[in-house]
Amino acid sequence: MKTILNKWSKNQVFWPIVIFLIILLFNGIVSKGEFFRMSIVDGHLYGRVIDIFRNGSKLVILAAGMTMVLATGGTDISVGSVMAISGAIACSIVDQRILPGLGGNVGAAVIIAVIAGIACGLWNGLLVAKIKIQPIVATMILLVAGRGIAQLITNGKIVTVTSDAYYFINGGYILGLPFPLFILIFLVGALILFTRKTAFGLLLESVGCNPLASKFAGIKVDFMLLGIYTISGAFAAVAGLIESAGIKGADCNNAGLNIEMDAILAVAIGGTNIMGGRFSIPASIAGALIVQGITTSVLALGVPAAYIRVLKATLIIVICLSQSGKFKELFKSRKVSNQRGAVKEQ
Amino acid sequence: MGNENKLLKMSNISKAFGKAVIALDDVELELDRGEILALLGENGAGKSTLIKVLTGVEERDTGVVLLDGKEIHPKSTQEAQNVGISTVYQEVNLCPNLSVAENIYIGREPKNRFGSIDWKKINADAKELLKKFDLDINVTKNLDHYSVAIQQMIAIARACDIDAKILILDEPTSSLSTAEVKKLFEIMRKLRSEGMGIIFVTHFLDQVYEVTDRITVLRNGQYVGSYLTAELPKVELVGKMIGKDYASLGESTVTKKDSVSREEGEELIELSNVSGSGTIQNFNLKISKGEVLGLSGLLGSGRSETVRVMFGIDPMQKGEIRYKKSPLHLKYPLDAIRKGMSFCPENRKTEGIIGDLSIRENIMLALQTKKGIFRKITNKEAQELADEYIKKLDIKTPDADQLIKNLSGGNQQKVILARWLATNPELLMLDEPTRGIDIGTKAEIQKIVIDLAEQGMAVIFISSELDEMLRCCRRMIVLRDMKQVGELSGKEISEEAVMRIMAGGESK
Repeated sequence: MKTILNKWSKNQVFWPIVIFLIILLFNGIVSKGEFFRMSIVDGHLYGRVIDIFRNGSKLVILAAGMTMVLATGGTDISVGSVMAISGAIACSIVDQRILPGLGGNVGAAVIIAVIAGIACGLWNGLLVAKIKIQPIVATMILLVAGRGIAQLITNGKIVTVTSDAYYFINGGYILGLPFPLFILIFLVGALILFTRKTAFGLLLESVGCNPLASKFAGIKVDFMLLGIYTISGAFAAVAGLIESAGIKGADCNNAGLNIEMDAILAVAIGGTNIMGGRFSIPASIAGALIVQGITTSVLALGVPAAYIRVLKATLIIVICLSQSGKFKELFKSRKVSNQRGAVKEQ
Repeated sequence: MGNENKLLKMSNISKAFGKAVIALDDVELELDRGEILALLGENGAGKSTLIKVLTGVEERDTGVVLLDGKEIHPKSTQEAQNVGISTVYQEVNLCPNLSVAENIYIGREPKNRFGSIDWKKINADAKELLKKFDLDINVTKNLDHYSVAIQQMIAIARACDIDAKILILDEPTSSLSTAEVKKLFEIMRKLRSEGMGIIFVTHFLDQVYEVTDRITVLRNGQYVGSYLTAELPKVELVGKMIGKDYASLGESTVTKKDSVSREEGEELIELSNVSGSGTIQNFNLKISKGEVLGLSGLLGSGRSETVRVMFGIDPMQKGEIRYKKSPLHLKYPLDAIRKGMSFCPENRKTEGIIGDLSIRENIMLALQTKKGIFRKITNKEAQELADEYIKKLDIKTPDADQLIKNLSGGNQQKVILARWLATNPELLMLDEPTRGIDIGTKAEIQKIVIDLAEQGMAVIFISSELDEMLRCCRRMIVLRDMKQVGELSGKEISEEAVMRIMAGGESK
């Protein structure tokens, strides 16, 4: 028993999950159990915990893609803007503002929006892998330009849609569970399987640790980067669809605003090295749930929303400290000097 | 002799990294005033760690360090410097984008009466200082304007100028020319006569006998002993360093070479008129199975450039490469790997190891890329592979889960070699496979190379050390200034012949 716990506690995903459970537990205690109450209305499950998963689904999807980008030693700060583009395209098609020939077909709108996300990802990937621009600068281009592109698509207006089929993407239920949860499980599950059941994960970690030596060992580093930025773009497009279906329209200025930072935060909480190398997508999922859990619980407890940012900042400090070698050394040397002191006293 | 007479006395020093890797185990070291001490040992013997403990880079777990009879506990190189321990590291660790003078006086800039930095004095002093080292260079130019050798001299000058009691030179000569080494030794002798204690770490045994007074030997993190240089014959020294008799090791490889059969194997790869972009010109080369071909030449003569083109790292501008008689087009190293080629690059740290991955992962990497990402090597297969090569190549590690960066240089090199042998290659290209590696491992690697060739592998061998080349290669192509200038085979190969061609004589 003890050894199993020992083994688990060494796993990267252990502490993020523990922290997430602590957040849930804290809420449960403060709200005297109210937080955990689930109700079934029309065969649909409602409750705060379900809210975390539904509202957090976007962030989880983004964090999964971001994990791979960060594992290469890069970053993708354009995901929020890609979400805006994808939402703008999908809503404009459903509302028959663009491509009226499709007759507002939701399926076509979703596919085209995802293709747009893939195109954005490819663009980022080309800049990083082929033209060798630093990732933060390369993806900043789309961060800035993306919302402009989205506004060009919507003519600068907020496009509202009336389509139950489109609303389903965020508000739908299957087997009593919210639909975004299924999207999340499908996409992120596929990604986890792809990275761990093939050699992709190992090669990615190798590239993240030492791209030059990886190249010499036969890894096509630029193809790999291209693929990873493309996946990140595609995932961002899906997140954009969920977001716009949730607000029933495309708001180019606010869709996915600043969410790239939350996604990076989620990965960092998960313990993936931001400088590249070892990564864990499950740990990033737990990290995203922690970020979402904080937001949801602050709202649930009726604390002013401004505290969310302060709490996140606190969290960042804690993570930085827990990952800092210097900080650990400080602790260690204090222990050592205590021991030394003890020896001298003898 | 009492402790108070010793300048430095380190005793019972132990240091472990994690639980598994014990770098130093109860090691001692003594240094007198006005003495040059050679600190010797194989790679992984613990020399670097001992130096790091002394200079405050690493903290010792146990032990006592007495400087002038007083215990010191430096926690940073700065602290070590303040108590009088000055160090020159193997790799130049100055700032390439600052001027030479700035580099020399960084952190202790002389101020003028207004409290701002006195640039005139800095530049004049720097020039004066470097003159002592016979370096007459423009000290206001950026450091990276000068060659590595000059940078190394500047680093040494800086270390000597700091008011130090102890000067540590960690393999300072590996990038210096003979004349520069001579100059360095003159300065070392001068500093010795001024009463400074010098610790000199090197792989070159000739230099040990030329300049040092005493020798301290470490092996596998343990203290072997200290000896007066004049009283310890070289053969015995080598024996103490590697823990076995070097003479027999050397013989076994030499006899191997002579017993290699002379008949030609099947032709494997042929380069005709190959030129790289801005590198090698009109290169022709043929190699057959079971042959060890040497590429000789000075640094920058085009040795590495040739194999880089052959492995698809650098683009080929013109010419043709034929592999088993059919034309070969290389876009990526993977194209070469799939054909059966392999390449241990020159810079182990930056081009070879994936530092944060385990030994197992480092070994399986090339085989995995060769198989493609969808045919994943299972954990069990990877473990077997790793265990097999750890045993076969005698890689010194507790298990395959250790991060490769925790291994010593020689063992890292063996892992890289294992990585390529795991792909079952037909052609093995080794660029400086024994650089910075101790004699014992060096001989082991040479033996592996010769054995592999006997089993039918074609090997291209590049090394700056001529006697290593003579020991391993049956045929040798000599390069100069990116051009092929001569080819020697069999009995023609001799130190004089190779050097003559390298230096610009005729090939006959």
